[in-house]
Amino acid sequence: MKLFEVFLRAKSGLSHKHVGSVHATDADMAMQNARDLYTRREEGESIWVVDSTQIVSSNPTNKDAYFAPAEDKIYRHPSFYPFDKEVKNI
Amino acid sequence: MQDYVQNLADNTLILGQRLAEWCGLGPFLEEDLALTNTCLDIIGQAKMLLEFAAELKEGNETADDLAFMRDQHEFKNVILVEQPNGDYSQTMLRQYFMDVYHVHLYQALSTSTNQKLAGIAAKSLKEVVYHLERSELWIKRMALGTDESFQRVQASLDKLWHYHHELFEETESLTELVKQGIAADPNVLKQLWLKDVNALLASTPLEIPQKGWKATGGRKGHHSEYLGLMLCEMQFLQRAYPNSEW
Amino acid sequence: MYSQGLRDSKAGEDSQELLDAFQVRIDNEEKIEPRDWMPQAYRKTLIRQISQHAHSEIVGQLPEANWVTRAPTLKRKLILLAKIQDEAGHGLYLYSAAETLGESFQKMYQDLLTGKAKYSSIFNYPTLNWADAGAVGWLVDGAAIMNQVALCRTSYGPYSRAMVRVCKEESFHQRQGYDIMIKMAQGTPKQKAMAQDALNRTWWPSLMMFGPSDKDSTHSDQSMKWKIKRFSNDDLRQKFIDATVPQAEYLGLTIPDKNLKYNDKTGHYDFSEIIWDELFDVIKGNGPCNQQRMDARNKAHNDGAWVREAAAAYAEKQNNRKEVA
Repeated sequence: MKLFEVFLRAKSGLSHKHVGSVHATDADMAMQNARDLYTRREEGESIWVVDSTQIVSSNPTNKDAYFAPAEDKIYRHPSFYPFDKEVKNI
Repeated sequence: MQDYVQNLADNTLILGQRLAEWCGLGPFLEEDLALTNTCLDIIGQAKMLLEFAAELKEGNETADDLAFMRDQHEFKNVILVEQPNGDYSQTMLRQYFMDVYHVHLYQALSTSTNQKLAGIAAKSLKEVVYHLERSELWIKRMALGTDESFQRVQASLDKLWHYHHELFEETESLTELVKQGIAADPNVLKQLWLKDVNALLASTPLEIPQKGWKATGGRKGHHSEYLGLMLCEMQFLQRAYPNSEW
Repeated sequence: MYSQGLRDSKAGEDSQELLDAFQVRIDNEEKIEPRDWMPQAYRKTLIRQISQHAHSEIVGQLPEANWVTRAPTLKRKLILLAKIQDEAGHGLYLYSAAETLGESFQKMYQDLLTGKAKYSSIFNYPTLNWADAGAVGWLVDGAAIMNQVALCRTSYGPYSRAMVRVCKEESFHQRQGYDIMIKMAQGTPKQKAMAQDALNRTWWPSLMMFGPSDKDSTHSDQSMKWKIKRFSNDDLRQKFIDATVPQAEYLGLTIPDKNLKYNDKTGHYDFSEIIWDELFDVIKGNGPCNQQRMDARNKAHNDGAWVREAAAAYAEKQNNRKEVA
């Protein structure tokens, strides 16, 4: 059996979130198994299943090269631009 | 009326009891869990229907009294549901037959002139639609999977086919209920059931046995030998320790 | 607790530099995620602990399933079914977490079926009357919750997330068990006798679930240092006893320990020494139901082989058809 990753959307308006995995022989079975395993307590109203081998993940050894450069770009954040209190609605 | 609801209730109760025997022992863990979900839905339906059946009796009996304190001749389920689980093909084929039946039954009853029955049917319909999606796929997998699985599901079909007739038996009292718009018309149900089952079987190499008897009697309380043994197990505590709270 | 039979993993060939950096992450309460670097012994310990925990859930279905067809009311039947089903679900969450460490489900499950892998000793005891269904929920799940709540903060991310999910579901298990016990203890004299009998048989095995005493538990130190484990066996056991004794008193049942007594000085209950030989014997496979449990799991697995093969063959054929089309 193949491994499938399961993503659930708790309710409309939210995005799908990874919750775990299931084993199945095909996508139909993966969908049903995900429903039966992960939504027994109304945890979701929409399911994605993805063949685990199809997921491309960033490499943790590149963590600094990928994510550290964003650290010092504080000018991307609105709090970088303080104004007097008189300036409103901005 | 009581008799009709009792038949529907007992079909689900006995089927649910059979499915409960699988709990913890399914062919793989995900499937074990999925089948238990089906079992929970069906016993839940049994509970609602038995409560209604008890109400219609206008006595002091509760749903639990009906489940645990009647003897086998008082049970009105079809003989199909008391058949042993056998291998997984037998369990799934029995399930598939009942799922197709329940989908059409509850669809029809959701517009019953009896509000209570219509309510139970509308709630249960959502559940059995999913059960059918699963059991249908399993019959396909078994029929088109390996040689062994085909032979097994064909053997189960040879065994179980003869039991479906009983689901659509007509009685005078049932005809009267159909006229009043309370019950589902068994002739209509039979046409719908055959259409669906034939369509599925046609997509596989499975063949319906040409000859054979037609199971009957369950609705009158004349059961197979299996039911009595099932009840011994199911009713043990209530019988051994009567008048206790659980 | 689920790692009662855990052996110390040998330290691997990992360089001191990497080990130190890893320890810094642990000490900073950072969670370790599947593709992060981790010491080989950390990975190995986790695979064993998580898979043993998963096996326990799966084998743990059996003692309660023994009563599901005999549950005394429709409501109890539904509750018990849902509860046993949750155990299978918990097993699956855990196998899923263990698989992120690179161990395949097939391998782990095979180890269970061949008797190579261990699981919690508690499930090798029989459930002999209906009150056992109550006692298992109240005591066994109660003990499990003590351990699992602690594990929600374990250092490995997928394990911790699985535990959060399990804990959310588990408290219903303990409560439904206690609910059965209340009905039995407050019921007829015969029912009360069943409840007392179930407590007598379940009490000591429940305490053994927390594993050997800290002074005999060699693998605890490293697990604590890596924050795989966050409380010691004895601490959790004491916490469980302190919480449970008043619950037994409420039921009007007697805990089978003559030395059980509240100690004003420590603020905890004192209790008799556990018969450790029994625990080690059951873990080794010599419990009253070891053989029966393993036979049941093997039978289910073997009987299901053709079903799994059929599904795989069907998927393969469908796939080929799609490719041709």
